[in-house]
Amino acid sequence: MKAHVWVMPKTTVLDPQGQTIHHALSSLGFAAVKNVRQGKFFVLDLEGMTRDDAQKQLERIARDVLANPVIEEYRFEIVE
Amino acid sequence: MKFGVVVFPGSNCDHDAFYAISSVLNQPVEFIWHQSENLAGCDAVILPGGFSYGDYLRTGAIARFSPVMKSVEKFANAGGLVLGICNGFQILCEAGLLPGALIRNSGLRFICRPVHFRVAQTDTPFTCAAQKGQIIQAPIAHSDGCYTCDPATLAGLESNRQVIFRYTTPDGTNDAAGNPNGAMNNIAGICNRARNVAGLMPHPERAVEAALDSADGLVIFRSLVETLLGAAKATA
Repeated sequence: MKAHVWVMPKTTVLDPQGQTIHHALSSLGFAAVKNVRQGKFFVLDLEGMTRDDAQKQLERIARDVLANPVIEEYRFEIVE
Repeated sequence: MKFGVVVFPGSNCDHDAFYAISSVLNQPVEFIWHQSENLAGCDAVILPGGFSYGDYLRTGAIARFSPVMKSVEKFANAGGLVLGICNGFQILCEAGLLPGALIRNSGLRFICRPVHFRVAQTDTPFTCAAQKGQIIQAPIAHSDGCYTCDPATLAGLESNRQVIFRYTTPDGTNDAAGNPNGAMNNIAGICNRARNVAGLMPHPERAVEAALDSADGLVIFRSLVETLLGAAKATA
């Protein structure tokens, strides 16, 4: 089983990396890009558990380890 | 009295903190390995600066799960004195022992230079030997030192007087101009509500004698020594 986890800075938290990328894109002429935020993407291989159990574990993994809920939000998906 | 300095893989200011306590203040101190299950009977614990676990995932995110942190949490919750410096501050925030988080500097650069910060509160074990308003010069050396938290937490920090160190200019007249990393409310260091756990981004252990260009940082370690001496006297 494979899971994808996305972690993004909360919209209320300053994201200087996203801003800098946005600035670079603007100066390259990509005028249509109005905002950029940078996050993280994780691919997890899971073994020996049901989909339901994986769902529960992924919630804990994302909330307690992969994301810091003070500054980030997350979502995950079991993909296969 | 005994100090403990925790050593994580990637700590690089552990020896500086050890030196400040042992050689400058002549107090007993020992290193505590990150895999240790106990704190070796220490009366105050320092989480030093560095790049624990390579700063992978987020600064301090992996270190907070190391075995020694269970003991540090228990110690802190029982009122033990815990000081986190730089990476140590980040670890304390990740562990939930201090509120908020440290994110990428607003200018995105790693900054390594002396800064100035004001002692905003003196009724803590980390600042009791200082004068209120005293300005300390000490270096910062970080990429992720921009203190951030939600508005309610920030209001709580201010109303409970938990902001104990604030960045300012050398003469203390312009806080905004003295802010090196975009930290909210110029926060250089905070303590918890019970005032026994504190963290700061500047490195007081790198400012403990004239040869290091500043001995201002010593007042923080002296405060801890005075607190522990006072506690020992009270129980004697």
